[in-house]
Amino acid sequence: MIEILLIMSAGILIGYLIRSNGRLIRLADRMVIITILVLLFFMGFTIGRDPLIMGSLPQLGLTALILSVAGVTGSMLLALLVWKLYFRKNR
Amino acid sequence: MKTSLYILIAFVLGLLFGQTALSPGFLINGEPAKYTLYVLMLLVGISIGADHRSLNLIREQGFRLMVLPLVTIVGTFAAIIPVSALLTDVSTGESLAVGAGFGYYSLSGIIITRIHSETLGIIALLANVIREIITLVFAPVMVVWFGKLAPITAAGATSMDTTLPVITAASGREFSVIALAHGIILTIIVPVLVTTILMFFV
Repeated sequence: MIEILLIMSAGILIGYLIRSNGRLIRLADRMVIITILVLLFFMGFTIGRDPLIMGSLPQLGLTALILSVAGVTGSMLLALLVWKLYFRKNR
Repeated sequence: MKTSLYILIAFVLGLLFGQTALSPGFLINGEPAKYTLYVLMLLVGISIGADHRSLNLIREQGFRLMVLPLVTIVGTFAAIIPVSALLTDVSTGESLAVGAGFGYYSLSGIIITRIHSETLGIIALLANVIREIITLVFAPVMVVWFGKLAPITAAGATSMDTTLPVITAASGREFSVIALAHGIILTIIVPVLVTTILMFFV
């Protein structure tokens, strides 16, 4: 797993070095989307051929919904607190 | 928005293709996907490193800029930890990895699938798509109940692009810069945080 972070750090360095080359950057940005599409196809593929996962999709969806609602609510509550304590005082 | 549609099509095509009997064996062992992920991480790094906006923002704003992304991270995790105790199919560490996607569903779903499991990957994909949809639908209500920063933190990493229009409509144009900065920073943090959580807490 650490290799993922190392590869990304190498990418950041390369990106910084080529930051004034607009054509290369646009190419990289387009390649990001293409690789994401390829990987999501792979992801769909591995899930599609696994009847066990396909069968438990409703359950997984419910877990996803619960985690999502929890995360959104938690961050909004803290944002309300920070808004009242910090942002408004600074105006 | 067009990209989201392509993402959905690619994923559904994969699903359908996986169910046919003619699926090629070389895709099954996961090796091609592993190397494609390496390429993706390199490319994601390049676009982060080459992005003038992030560097300029950090130079101009410094730590102040980190306040709202930090609120999003801490708020999300503080709520997910107790809630995950009630869930039977995921551990707390796994739930945090899902939450660390902050709406960046494509990348978090992919990383979690590759370095943890397909099951958690699909949960991450769904949970983060849902985070984006909740923000798109409820942004006007969020402002009333939780203040003007609420739609931005709810949006997570998507506050820089897909949800930016509804955020500025709900909170006001003066919040567009804050929303943009928040999204840019979280977009950078997502791959790092997801991988770190899976490394040390799962």
